[in-house]
Amino acid sequence: MNKPLPKLTLKDFASDQEVRWCPGCGDYAILKTIQKLMPELNRPRENQVFVSGIGCSSRFPYYMNTFGFHSIHGRAPAIATGVKLANPELDVWVITGDGDGFSIGGNHMLHALRRNVDMQILLFNNEIYGLTKGQYSPTSQRGTRSPSTPQGSVDMPLSPCGVALGAGGTFIARSIDTEAKHLSAVVTRGHAHEGTAFVEILQNCPIYNDGVFEQVKDKKQAPDFRVELEHGQPVVFGRDKEKAVSLDRQTLQLKVVDSDGADDVLVHDETNKTLAQLLAAMQGPDFPVAVGVIYREDKPSFIEDSNAQLIAARVEEASLEELLHSGHTWTVTED
Amino acid sequence: MELAEEQLEEQHLDKPQVVDVVVRFAGDSGDGMQLTGANFTQATALYGNDLSTFPDFPAEIRAPVGATFGVSAFQIYFGSEDVTTAGDALDVLVAMNPAALVTNIDNLVDGGLVIVDQGAFTAKNLAKAKYDQNPLEDDTLDRFRVLNIDISAQVLKAVEPFGLGHKDALRCKNMWTLGLVMWLFDRDREPTIENLMKKFINKPDVANANIAALNAGHAYGETAELPAGVHVYKIPKAKVEPGVYRNVTGTTALAWGLITGAELADIDLLFASYPITPASNLLHELANRKQYRVSTFQAEDEIAAVCAAMGASFAGSLGITSSAGPGIALKAEGISLAAAAELPLLIVNTQRGGPSTGLPTKTEQSDLNMALFGRHGDTPMPVIAASTSTDCYEVAIEAVRIATKYMTPIMLLSDGYIANAAEPWKIPDVNELEPFPVKHHQEAEGFKPSLRDEKTHARVWAKPGTAGLEHRIGGIERSFETGDISYDPANHQKMTDLRQAKVDGIADDIPLQEVCMGENSGKLAVVGWGSTFGAIHQAVKRARGEGLDVSHIQVRYLSPLPKNLGELLKQFDAVLVPEMNTGQLVRVLRAEFLIDADGLNKVAGQPFKIGEILAAIQKKCAQLEGKS
Repeated sequence: MNKPLPKLTLKDFASDQEVRWCPGCGDYAILKTIQKLMPELNRPRENQVFVSGIGCSSRFPYYMNTFGFHSIHGRAPAIATGVKLANPELDVWVITGDGDGFSIGGNHMLHALRRNVDMQILLFNNEIYGLTKGQYSPTSQRGTRSPSTPQGSVDMPLSPCGVALGAGGTFIARSIDTEAKHLSAVVTRGHAHEGTAFVEILQNCPIYNDGVFEQVKDKKQAPDFRVELEHGQPVVFGRDKEKAVSLDRQTLQLKVVDSDGADDVLVHDETNKTLAQLLAAMQGPDFPVAVGVIYREDKPSFIEDSNAQLIAARVEEASLEELLHSGHTWTVTED
Repeated sequence: MELAEEQLEEQHLDKPQVVDVVVRFAGDSGDGMQLTGANFTQATALYGNDLSTFPDFPAEIRAPVGATFGVSAFQIYFGSEDVTTAGDALDVLVAMNPAALVTNIDNLVDGGLVIVDQGAFTAKNLAKAKYDQNPLEDDTLDRFRVLNIDISAQVLKAVEPFGLGHKDALRCKNMWTLGLVMWLFDRDREPTIENLMKKFINKPDVANANIAALNAGHAYGETAELPAGVHVYKIPKAKVEPGVYRNVTGTTALAWGLITGAELADIDLLFASYPITPASNLLHELANRKQYRVSTFQAEDEIAAVCAAMGASFAGSLGITSSAGPGIALKAEGISLAAAAELPLLIVNTQRGGPSTGLPTKTEQSDLNMALFGRHGDTPMPVIAASTSTDCYEVAIEAVRIATKYMTPIMLLSDGYIANAAEPWKIPDVNELEPFPVKHHQEAEGFKPSLRDEKTHARVWAKPGTAGLEHRIGGIERSFETGDISYDPANHQKMTDLRQAKVDGIADDIPLQEVCMGENSGKLAVVGWGSTFGAIHQAVKRARGEGLDVSHIQVRYLSPLPKNLGELLKQFDAVLVPEMNTGQLVRVLRAEFLIDADGLNKVAGQPFKIGEILAAIQKKCAQLEGKS
């Protein structure tokens, strides 16, 4: 078991399948980043399992030269839980999208989070249904015009990180499709986390929702519309880090202040759940969008505890005969 | 065929030698009737009678006291000959209150014995049972032997030394009654006393009070002056094969069959399930058996349960999920994925009355159509059904074998009746069972996920964690050659044909259909599947006793059907198919074999009575006689 692992590269994690996303899709960048990250995780390739549901993002496993299961709409977290229960040695990854993960599969998402199954959930959020040709999704902004909402959607969107926090998630992070370094760092930490690591990846759909994250992604605008969270560091942003996020202690709400002003600049504490909720909810135009590890806590892992129960139950060898003869039996003899 | 009105049989209790008896304990859901029945069953098995039980309880956990819809009953049929049903008419009815009396008295044979707790026949309880006047005081019970005892008062007296409160003291009523019935049939109280000591190990006063009540009930029988015709009835022991026996419910037998299947397949099981009546007990039983090769997972819903099971199968364990009708409907998409991905998956369906929530605690066989056809696309799947509580053991092993050998989902049909009913079981010698070890693929050289066994068409089982076998599967149609995604028209035809051929081919790997009673040809074949076995068995036996030319055929394999079934059925002038549905197997038999099979259908939430099937056999035979 302790044999050194063969030195692998990005190419070893690319399958022979032709990638079939639309040109310019943010999924390409994410795929590249994950393929590049894989050798760095230094885990056996045969232990990597990617499970997905349905949607554009869910084609991801076909392009990874690992074990993969492209399943049914919304159910990847449930299938992944079964994979991990059957073999806790495996690294289990769930690839999902905003519709797959929070519409049809919302229930499984909640329970994968609260159970703290030891796995990574990468949610590609493009705020639209791509594969079914552009209907609005549960994360689409209110007013989104789409084939199914020609006059604009009237329902309120949900915040994936906010819901993940509410569900009791123990590792909640946000990153961006084209920010390879950031994404790679966040996912690496998620992989190391014992429990369910949830990473929302803001992903551009060039066909049906192009530019929805432009302010957050565009090099010129991003400094004013995005803040990178780092544990123990002040929450500051702007081209010259001249702006900061501060907590108003009277209203328990966040506000944007000058970083050198009189107000207290908030220092990010990724173990503080109350602050995490406030930071996860920040959105433009009044607030920058927070990226990075928003929240993490150490909680018992479902898989580890389930496994411990199995091990405890199996301390003594059990025989089938014993089982079948347990309780009251009686013997009938020849008369 | 039309279901004939049940003819109650002549009174049993007058005969000098009573060969079999049906006893029904009925009371409020909180009266402990199921516990009473279970203890009486154990004592009866130890006495040496053959037996079959029918726990019949309401969907409400604690219905309002005294309500007719809250009556919980436990029926046991025991005797000296082979017993395969819980009996038709009652010989003895224990009614703990007016509601229990009014809901069951019509099933008591003339001259049968009714034991009532006079103390519970209060004006309030009588009103709840909609009795205008007290049936203990008018002519309602004139046709029966009646033991009209103030059980409540007797119990309070018996348990007085243990200092229980009034309410707790009255809770011992069931044990007092059990003691009396045990006296009536000469049963040994010792195992019940042991059970009570174990159950109330931390409440010695409660244990002692219950034991005192049990003994007091027994003593009452011995010493009280009883009406004429009420005395100890001796029921000769049944003649059974030598061996070690135990009582077992269908649920327990099924759980143990799965555990045994895992050992024989040399594989771990993941049992993923969501609680639903009457299937939950299977989850409970297995959750307590983790010392074997089984782990359990209570999923967030039915869909997650089937998906987690499938995930486990992908990872190299055998995934099993379990539910009842409405829950199985939710799993349909997942089951189709298992078929498309060619992964093993075992789905246990403990059927109950439908549609929708239907009759959650009552039995039915109305999910056969769903089992055979309830999936999108052309998605064939093997289906296998258990006929009795003890049969569940073998059927579970067989389901594990087929799922793993053929890399296919398979549905195992049980139902609420056999899941809860207990019968004596001759414990098999597990060393004599044939192992069927699973082989996970190991060889990286030349590997592709579409490798198949030429004979079974089963796809290779390459589990994650095996170096060099990294591959992707999924619900999109895959190339027969490579296993990669394929939208090629000819390939889809080929894969559809392959999926069908794989399931059809299982017919070469299952026993030919046998006739379980009677000749291989003749006038009438009665064809059953599932839990109608017992009633059909007894009805055919009695009909043959009357000289009728009738055989019993019991089908275990419902998809694919045994290869010779069509030919076998054509050897009979007529075919009668009793089912607890509106005619699901009969339609399959007519379609598959172009035979003029008749259905006999009952959907009352209750198993068939022997008399109902016997009457249909008699009628059919008379018609056939008239023709010739």
